Order: sequence, then C-alpha cells, then structure tokens
Amino acid sequence: MNLDNEAKGSEDSFEQKETAGLSQGQIVLRRFVRHRAAMISLFVLVFIILFVFTAGGLALGNTANPIRIMGWWQWDFTDLPPLQGVMGEPTLDVLPEFIDGTGMQIGQHPFGQDSIGQDYFSLVIRGAQQSITVMFIIGVVAAFLGTVMGAISGFFGKWIDQLIMRFVDLIITIPTLIIGAVIGIQIGNLGVFFLALFLGLVSWTGLSRLVRGEFLTLREREFVDAARVAGASNLRIIFKHILPNAIGVVIVSVTLLMSGAILLETALSYLGFGVVAPDTSLGALISANQDAFTVYPWLFWWPGLFIVTIALCINFIGDGLRDAFDPRQKRRISRKDRSEARALKKQS
Amino acid sequence: MIQYILRRVGALLLVLLGSTFLIYNLTAISGDPLEDLRLSTEPNAAFLLEKAIQDLQLDVPPPVRYFNWLIGILGLGGAAPTMGLTLEGSEVLDIIGLAIPISIRLVIIATILSIVIGISIGIISALRQYSRFDYSITFIAFLFFSLPIFWVAVLLKQFAAIEFNNFLYDPVISTNWMIGFAFIGAFIFAGIVGGGRKRFLITIAAAFALNFATLSYISATGWLITPSLGPLLITVMALGIAFGITHLSTGIANRRVLFISLGLAALTPVFYFVLQPMFNEAFDGSMMLLLALGTIAVGYIAGYLFGGDDRSAAGRTGMIVAFLSAGLITLDRFMQSWDEYYNNEWIFGRPIATVGDSIPEIEGDYWMTGVDAFTHLLLPTAALMLISVAGYVRYSRASLLEVLNQDYIRTARAKGLTERTVIMRHAFRNSLIPLTTIMAFDFSGLLGGAIITEQVFAWRGMGTLFNTGLAKFDLNLVMSVVLITSISALVFNLIADLVYSALDPRIRVTK
Repeated sequence: MNLDNEAKGSEDSFEQKETAGLSQGQIVLRRFVRHRAAMISLFVLVFIILFVFTAGGLALGNTANPIRIMGWWQWDFTDLPPLQGVMGEPTLDVLPEFIDGTGMQIGQHPFGQDSIGQDYFSLVIRGAQQSITVMFIIGVVAAFLGTVMGAISGFFGKWIDQLIMRFVDLIITIPTLIIGAVIGIQIGNLGVFFLALFLGLVSWTGLSRLVRGEFLTLREREFVDAARVAGASNLRIIFKHILPNAIGVVIVSVTLLMSGAILLETALSYLGFGVVAPDTSLGALISANQDAFTVYPWLFWWPGLFIVTIALCINFIGDGLRDAFDPRQKRRISRKDRSEARALKKQS
Repeated sequence: MIQYILRRVGALLLVLLGSTFLIYNLTAISGDPLEDLRLSTEPNAAFLLEKAIQDLQLDVPPPVRYFNWLIGILGLGGAAPTMGLTLEGSEVLDIIGLAIPISIRLVIIATILSIVIGISIGIISALRQYSRFDYSITFIAFLFFSLPIFWVAVLLKQFAAIEFNNFLYDPVISTNWMIGFAFIGAFIFAGIVGGGRKRFLITIAAAFALNFATLSYISATGWLITPSLGPLLITVMALGIAFGITHLSTGIANRRVLFISLGLAALTPVFYFVLQPMFNEAFDGSMMLLLALGTIAVGYIAGYLFGGDDRSAAGRTGMIVAFLSAGLITLDRFMQSWDEYYNNEWIFGRPIATVGDSIPEIEGDYWMTGVDAFTHLLLPTAALMLISVAGYVRYSRASLLEVLNQDYIRTARAKGLTERTVIMRHAFRNSLIPLTTIMAFDFSGLLGGAIITEQVFAWRGMGTLFNTGLAKFDLNLVMSVVLITSISALVFNLIADLVYSALDPRIRVTK
C-alpha cells in the first residue's frame, strides 16, 4: 500500500483522490466551486441581478399598452421628483459622522439626480436591467445557433459545411460594432428584446467555428463508429455522443460572448444606435452625462461601475469554467494538502 | 503556393461581395436619408430633394442600386472609379481619402504597441506562473477586458489630459505621490525579477530608492516641462540596453557578443553629436526611415563581422542594440522641441490634447509636428490599447505555458541547455505561432474600437465618418467605411494564415 503510493508520485495521488468515483459533471462542478474568484463573481452577479430586478420592477409590453410591475424602490425611472440639494447630489453616504460624513444613510436619491431631476438610482437600475437582459438573450440565441450550426457543419461536412462556413466568413469579415450599429439603428426603437435577438443572430459565428472544430475531431473517434454500428441515428450520435464531449468549449465561449455582448450593447447605446429614449441603458446614461463630468461626476461613475462589475463577474466565471473543464488543469498542491498527505502516509 | 494565394484571394472577393451586399441593403432599409430635406422649409427644398434623389439614385430599389454602386467603384461604367456622393453632394472618395490615413495611424500604432507590450507581459507572467505578479496581471487583464472603451476614454480625458495639464502649470510632485508611484513601480519590478522572499524585499527596497530619486529629480528640475536626456544619460541607457539585449539573446557569458553590443552602445555619444546638426528644419520622414534602416544595417554588419562563430546571433543582437540606441537619440531630439511646442501660442500651455487628431495651425518642422502628433495620439491610443493588451497578455501567457509542457522543451532542458536558451530559442519562438491568428482578429476588433475612440476624441477619421453617416442614413459614406475596414480585416486574415503556414511546417497550405 505504502509502496504503491510512493511509486505513483504525490501529484498523481492528489489527482486520483479528488476524482475517484465521480462523474465528469461532478468533477467539473467541484473544480469550479474551488475557483475562488469565479465563485465570488457568481455570487456578486446573482446578487446584482436580484437587486436590479426587484428594485426596479419590470416593464413589459410596448409603448402603446405598457405593463408595469413596480419594484421596492420608491421612484420609477420615468418619474420626475423635485430636485433635492443644490444640484441633486447623491444622498448615499457610507461614512459615519466622526470621519467626515453625514452618517450612514441611503436618503431620497442615493445616486443623486440627473440634470432634469430624474432619480439616478432608478435610471441606473433600469439601465442595468437592460444590459443584463441583452446579455442573456444574446448568450442564449448565440449559444443555440452557434452549437446547432457548428454541429451540422462539422458532422455532415460536404456542401452544407461549405455553405455555413462561407456565411460565417461573411459575417466575421465585418467588425462586430459596424454590423451591430447597422442592426441597432433599425431595431433599437423596437425595444431591448428585439435588439438583443437580432444582435444574437449575428453573434453566433465565432462559436460555430469552435463547435465545428470539435465535431471534426470527435466524429472520427471510435465511440462514434461504435454508436453507428449499434444502429444509432445521426441525431442521437450528435446529441448523445458528440455534443456532451464538446460542451466545455460551448459553455466557456458563451460566457466570454456574454461579456462581449454587454460591452457591445453599451457601446451601441453610447453611440446612439442601441436603446433609445424614453427607455434608457447604461451606455446611453454615460453618453448623456459625459460632458458634465467635472460638475456632476456621479452621473458618470455609477453606470460605468455597473458595466465594469457585471462584465468582470462574467469574465471571471468564464475563467473558472475554463479551468474546470480543462482536463489537463492540475490542482495546485497547497500546504494543507501536503500535510494531509503526510498524515495519511503515517497512518498507513 | 501562388495557386493557394490566388484561390484565397478569389474566396476573399466573394466573401467581400456578400458582406457588402448584406450591409448595403440593411443600411438602405434602416431609414430615410431625405427626412431632413422633406421637413425643410427652405424655398429650394423641393429642388434639393429632387437633386438628392437623382444623385443618390434613391428611386432605384436597394439591391439594384448596390450593383450600380459596385460598378461605380470598379470603374466599369467607363468613368473613373467613384464611391458615389454623400447626402451633401460631395465625392465620398475625397472624404474617405482624407480619413483613412488618420484612422490607420491610430490603429497601426495601437496594434504594434499592444503586441509588444502585451506579449512581453504575457511571457513574464507565464514564466512566473502562480506568483504574486502573475495573479495581479491576470486580475488586471480581466479588468481591462471588462472596461467599456468609451468610459475609459472619458476618464483618460479628465485625468490624463485636463488634470495633467493643470499639474504642468506647477509640476512639483508631492512627497505622498512620489512615495506611492515609487512603491508601485518597485513592486512591479520586484514581481518581474521574482525569487524568494528575501530577494523580493531587497529588490523592492533598491527599486524604491531608485524610483524615488528619479521622481525627486524630475520634480525638482521641472523636467516635465523641459525634458531632455542629454548625451551622458543616453550613453548610460544605451549601455544598459546593450547588457539587457545581450542577456536575452545570447547570455552575458558570451563575451564576444557582449563586447560587440557594448561597443555599439559606446558609440552612441559619438553619433549623438554627429546627428545633432543633421536634425535640423530640413529633416523629414523619409530621412528618418533611411536613418533607421542605416542604423539597423550598421548594427547587423558590425555584429556579423566581429561575431566569430555566433555570427548571426551577434548580428541580430547588434541590430537591436543599434536601433534602440539610435531611438534614444531621436527621442532626445523630440524632447528638445517640447519646450517650443509647450510655449506655442496654439497650445495655451495645455499640451495633452483631448480633441482632434492634430493642430493644423502649428507650423513647424518634422520635430514639432512629431510632438504634436504624439500629444494627440497619446490618449486615443491608450484607450484603444487597453483591451487589446489584455488579450495579448492572456493569449501569449497561455501559449507559452502550452509550449513549456511540450516534450521538446524537456529534451532541450535534458541536454543541458541553459534556461535562457530553452525559453528564448525553443519556447518563446514557438509560442508566437498561434498568436498570428489572434493578431488578425485583434486588428479587426481595433478597427471597431476606433469607431468609438474617434467619436470620444473627435478625430476626423473613418469612425467618425461611419457614425455621422449612419445617423443620417448616408449610404455611400457608410459603405465606404464598411468596404475599407472589411478589406483590411480580410487582408490581415490572409497574411496571418500565410505567416502561420510559413512558421508551422505541419500546416500545409496546398491541401
């Protein structure tokens, strides 16, 4: 027993100890949970999503017959409350009085009021809702299309592969921002849902290339032949045998695509080709308030901080997922692991 | 090979045809370009409306109009090639011709700097894997990935331009700031050097002292307003470069190469005084190019002649040392013009620009316009580079780590090569191969980023043309930008593929 352990080397035994008797999904989950930055990011992101959607409520329907479900925050982003203070300074204060503050309080307008007196907290929250919605819709649409197109292209090959890949080339040629702007100026006034849907329709190309690459290698493997000999249909081979092996690539690149999506949406809104008034978005808020930076700095900081935080969380989650799915990823052996191993050795 | 390139170019043209057709029709149906004119109350509005419809063929359905536009560009109609007219009735070709050099300058400089800086940081980060430095760089890279470019640009305008210009009125750095800067610099440097805890602390202390002394000197002498290096400092820095480059290329132990590069560096003060009279008003860009090529040639020949057995390695080292040393001399000459630039009547004592790509009113020689270009390029380039640098850091780090796990690296170590040779000759070069594909993608990303950056900094480049064109549904203007950016993105992709197959013999192009 002891000899056996030594022969394998300490690193192997750590690896085996942690993966023994677990399914692939469980291994990935365990590795992800251990990725500290990714876990923190996941919590922060979930918190932000719950926060902005409960505080701001939901605005559904269209401009003709809007359906509003109010959140717990007292102002709506379309309200025009009277101006507080000299120029609508933020009332949020986290510094207690003895340091240099007015005591910890949230006040009427924690993020201040903008130049016409709208409550900035509700505007920012509305903007964050829009950005998160766009991010998820683009992510779902692109993940679905990219996987299906890549799978068809890689599995069937021949003319259908040529057709799809030439179309992908065609879309990839045009810088994303340009194609986004051309779409945004048509779709922007239909609301954020359609904007995201159409942006998703052009964002799947990069993912489909990756999926196609995976399928090209996987379809030559023995287990695919075995499945075919056993009488499995093409659909079954694709979904049961090949796709689960390629799922890591899909998930990781979809997260990266989502962080790109939030930056794309804010950039389009900033340029005026995305979400349009009377609705608002984080990019539009920055665009509207950038010139008053020296006078009303808070109008500039808050939307930016939300964009950065959301994008950063997504990026870290993506990094954690990539590490978790990478079979070559070795766990760093910490001091605690070493001492545990030593204790085990002594026992045996 | 030629057959392969021809086939690729053919495919490229087809793709271009498809993508421009798509964008043309999407833009054409997105809005009415004549809305302003229709609502206009001017007496000749009806005439203008008729003229615009005539000029822009607005009565023709978009798919047909696309082919007319294409025929115009290719010059097939018997006339000279044209990109059509703008809404205002001027030739798009003239307007885009002015905008292209401005955007290309911005994007090319940002690309080159991102590649150099990003790959260097990525390599160091990979070599110090799981160190403090590595973790900090990883975090910073993710942060940069997550920054909206327009937000950063506004912040840069505020803090790196407005506040910095204010600071230049009285350029005295307060002690707190000095300690802060010196400590951050020292911490980064110590992270790069690495080593155990003791060595880390010693490096940090030494670097801190050096940084603090430099900052005190800068503050006390008002260096930021009258910057200069001077022959003495240039010589010292050139000798430092000689040591550094030799260390990276062949190792200090190779005395012959070390002496060659030190010799070249020692010549720097001589060239400094020889070149000063040459750097006069008549100096221009072509002379600069000639000088650069001459320096590279001299450095290479010197290395090659005296290099002995390591001829080619010595030649390469000499080339880089000579080029960088000459760069210091040129930098010093630009600095000499700074004072004149700072006191120019168009600057108002606020050198770092927040808007525009140049001040055309500044009449000056090569050096003055050079400084002017620098002050205008500084912030847009920085904003554009952030994301790109983060990308290169991540990819080069991953790529080098991948290569370091390969069997041939183990072989190289096993046969007793020094760590320097293993890293620089076997690992580093191979890690660059997959990066070529990233470069092409990144270039197209930067072109997109330039659209935002030019908007924020009010440059008169292609991005601004695109924005104004799209907002007014000025089809020909939008299409000219789409065409140029698509062509450059495709050409970059093609070059990247060719370079890839040239570097990696496993990939055959003639399959």
